[in-house]
Amino acid sequence: MTVQTTAPARPTRTRGIEAARARQAIWLLLPTLIAIALVAGYPLYRTFYFSLFEANLTSPEQRTFLGLGNFWFTTEDGIALGFLQDPKWWGAVKNTLLFTVVSVFLETVFGMIIALVVNSAFKGRALLRTAMLVPWAIPTVVSAQMWAYLYNDSFGLIGRGILGGQAVLANTDTAIWALVAVDVWKTTSFMALLILAGLQSLPGDMYEAADMDGASKWTQFWKLTLPLLRPALLVALVFRSLDALRVFDVMSVMLGNVNAAATSMTGYARQALIDNQLLGLGSAVSVAVFLIIMVIVVMYVTAFRVKFD
Amino acid sequence: MNLKTTNPALYYLQRLAFYLLVLVIALYLLAPFFWAVLTSLRSAGDLFLTPAEFIAAPTTFNNYVQVFGNPNFQRGLLYSLIVAVGSVLVSLLLGSFAAYALGRFRFKGKAIVLYVILAVSVFPQIAVLGGLYTLIGNLGLYNNPLGLILSYLIFTIPFTVWVLTSFVRDIPAELEEAALVDGASPLQTLFLVLFPVMMPALVTTGLLAFINAWNEYLFALTFTSTNRTTPVVIANYSGATQFDQPWGPIMAASIVVTVPLIILVLVFQRNIVSGLTAGAVKG
Repeated sequence: MTVQTTAPARPTRTRGIEAARARQAIWLLLPTLIAIALVAGYPLYRTFYFSLFEANLTSPEQRTFLGLGNFWFTTEDGIALGFLQDPKWWGAVKNTLLFTVVSVFLETVFGMIIALVVNSAFKGRALLRTAMLVPWAIPTVVSAQMWAYLYNDSFGLIGRGILGGQAVLANTDTAIWALVAVDVWKTTSFMALLILAGLQSLPGDMYEAADMDGASKWTQFWKLTLPLLRPALLVALVFRSLDALRVFDVMSVMLGNVNAAATSMTGYARQALIDNQLLGLGSAVSVAVFLIIMVIVVMYVTAFRVKFD
Repeated sequence: MNLKTTNPALYYLQRLAFYLLVLVIALYLLAPFFWAVLTSLRSAGDLFLTPAEFIAAPTTFNNYVQVFGNPNFQRGLLYSLIVAVGSVLVSLLLGSFAAYALGRFRFKGKAIVLYVILAVSVFPQIAVLGGLYTLIGNLGLYNNPLGLILSYLIFTIPFTVWVLTSFVRDIPAELEEAALVDGASPLQTLFLVLFPVMMPALVTTGLLAFINAWNEYLFALTFTSTNRTTPVVIANYSGATQFDQPWGPIMAASIVVTVPLIILVLVFQRNIVSGLTAGAVKG
């Protein structure tokens, strides 16, 4: 009761400070918000806008409104012009999804194995932990060139040695598996790092108790480690999946831009937009890639209730 | 319970299997890179040799001499450095302002701002490629490192803001309150009080942003024609004819741009893991 009598004086003062702080916060945020609006908001708006027009990249001012014609349009002669009617687009979608699902699955399994090994006590553990960082530190373009060389049918350790001179990258159907192998090699380290960080935050006495109760290591892994690791694992999964869905550089370097267009959604969009200079059609494809990725993000977040705070 | 005493045979078999696994993992992680280093030290004629002969072939630094003498590669290194350092500095400056506001101030719409920034980091780059291309053209920044610095903000800013915000939240409030009582403005507080404490965080975030900018390919390929960064130079490294792939020099160039990164990563190992987990878990 005594508190109430002194109460009125303080809130007005703190409210004044709060309001001043809120104003200062806006000023501190303003540069970032402007930068984001400039490099993300405005270009994204332009992409959606141009997806409804027929326009050329070199002269965007001369454009004609098409509505959804870039997506779906058949001329009177029965010629299909919308990209959704292009089998090559659907091939790129299929290949990207296949690439994402298989490589993220393998990265998770290998990442888990490597993290569990590095997390246990043995001689040379520090060395393995260091080695783990090497593939992650290598630029994607460099790792793509390294592997293109390994796959080369006349010089490569894999292409000439293991595959006996078969040009695995020449054919999109076989190339996709070669690309999965490259992506798995490059990014398993990232998975392993995140899983390792999760493993090291697990309480050790829990395992001692499990040992006392006679639970086998196998049971401990499935009943203790995996459920407790779930949050860290899910976040890593979401980020790897998103990276794999928007992949471009591995395909572009290893297959060339023409074949990259048949192998990744981003490659298909970039070919239409930049190589063919079709601003309207390319923007429409970009909108489709954007929407596909956003739908997958929402699915992940709702299905697994991923929390980012 | 102790296997070593109850069943030594099984114990040593298990240890052997474990070390075999360690060996396989180490080989898997390092062998491709080792082979690239080896190739960079062999002459073009030796590429036809069998692997055993290839390992034993004489070492030469010709590929490195050739690569460093290549004007495209020299320019690539310079532009990569300008672009990566430039985007790191801009994003650290803007990012720390934003992180200070988001980590220490309470105001309406904070959650919305955080989610917008998170959403941008989820963006596929291709969704802004056409718009950025015309914007960069209109600003007269095509083929200019400034154009790349500007476009790289799309991924460096969300990342720095998220990681720095999580660090700023962990700074004890007393530090800032003391400065406020002394009448310091928010910018003074940020630069004089928080920056020294945030130094490790700034180094970590800066380093990760640097790696991302150094490696970027799609924007660099699209927004430049002659002022290429090293990833684009390496991707398009060509020999005398169109079908001749000069693997030795390509591997040498690859090693040159990779070794500084590997050294940085190894030196800052601990920071990187904490930065990655803060960045990944918090966005």
